[in-house]
Amino acid sequence: MITTNETKIVAKPGHQDLFIEREFEAPRDLVFRAFSEPDLLVQWLGPDNLTMEIDKFDNRSGGSYRFVHIDERGNRYGFNGAIHEVAPPERVIRTFEFEGLPERGHVAMEIALFEVLPHERTRLKIQSIFKSVEDRDGMIASGMERGMNQSYAKLDELLKK
Amino acid sequence: MLKQARRDVFHAIADPTRRAILALLALQAMTPNALAEHFDTTRQAVSKHIQVLADCQLLKQEQNGTQIYYHLDPTKMRDIDEWLAPFRKLWSDRFNRLDKVLDKMKREKK
Repeated sequence: MITTNETKIVAKPGHQDLFIEREFEAPRDLVFRAFSEPDLLVQWLGPDNLTMEIDKFDNRSGGSYRFVHIDERGNRYGFNGAIHEVAPPERVIRTFEFEGLPERGHVAMEIALFEVLPHERTRLKIQSIFKSVEDRDGMIASGMERGMNQSYAKLDELLKK
Repeated sequence: MLKQARRDVFHAIADPTRRAILALLALQAMTPNALAEHFDTTRQAVSKHIQVLADCQLLKQEQNGTQIYYHLDPTKMRDIDEWLAPFRKLWSDRFNRLDKVLDKMKREKK
């Protein structure tokens, strides 16, 4: 595949949600499977330099999940949530909490919609709604787990001096 | 210095009244008086907010007769967008990997 589809991120100042939108050159059932099957999910969800481990993935309405990203140093960054609804192949609604934060309770809700496009293509729309504007901005600013990773690397550098 | 300017921009948009002013000016250029009519606060308070936004170069002034009109300055607004860049990269890297996974799935299906 030569062309790469654009990833759109919309986060309006002062709002506590953000939108992620991306189109895929594959039919909806395949995209939905890549989101739902553990052996497929681990191939793309983990950030570049991290290994992803699935601790739990009970992917059904009323289920739950816990994923762990592991860096080269063996640091583990877990995140987990409750799965509110899985409606194959069009919708997944779940919560998200990053375990690396200093306190519990900063939970976001994610709504993922899979839309059929002509020519066997798919549009994915994710809306994440955070507890506060600060939570949302913090998530964006840190780049999430990658941000954590970099801050550990910086700390290591400082300690070496 | 650049970092300082950037922080100021985020300080500027952290205030709800200033965000409302930006939202109004996104629709059309306005005079300070016309802007003030949209708010319950005093004209002086609104002027102060306009000043903060102008200091951060988020607004451009245009003299039209005796009136001063304020516009959004798209250059600095782009800086705000840059703030999203690492987050966007995280997701676009992710989705580019997903493209490869989907490609493989398509080939295996055939």
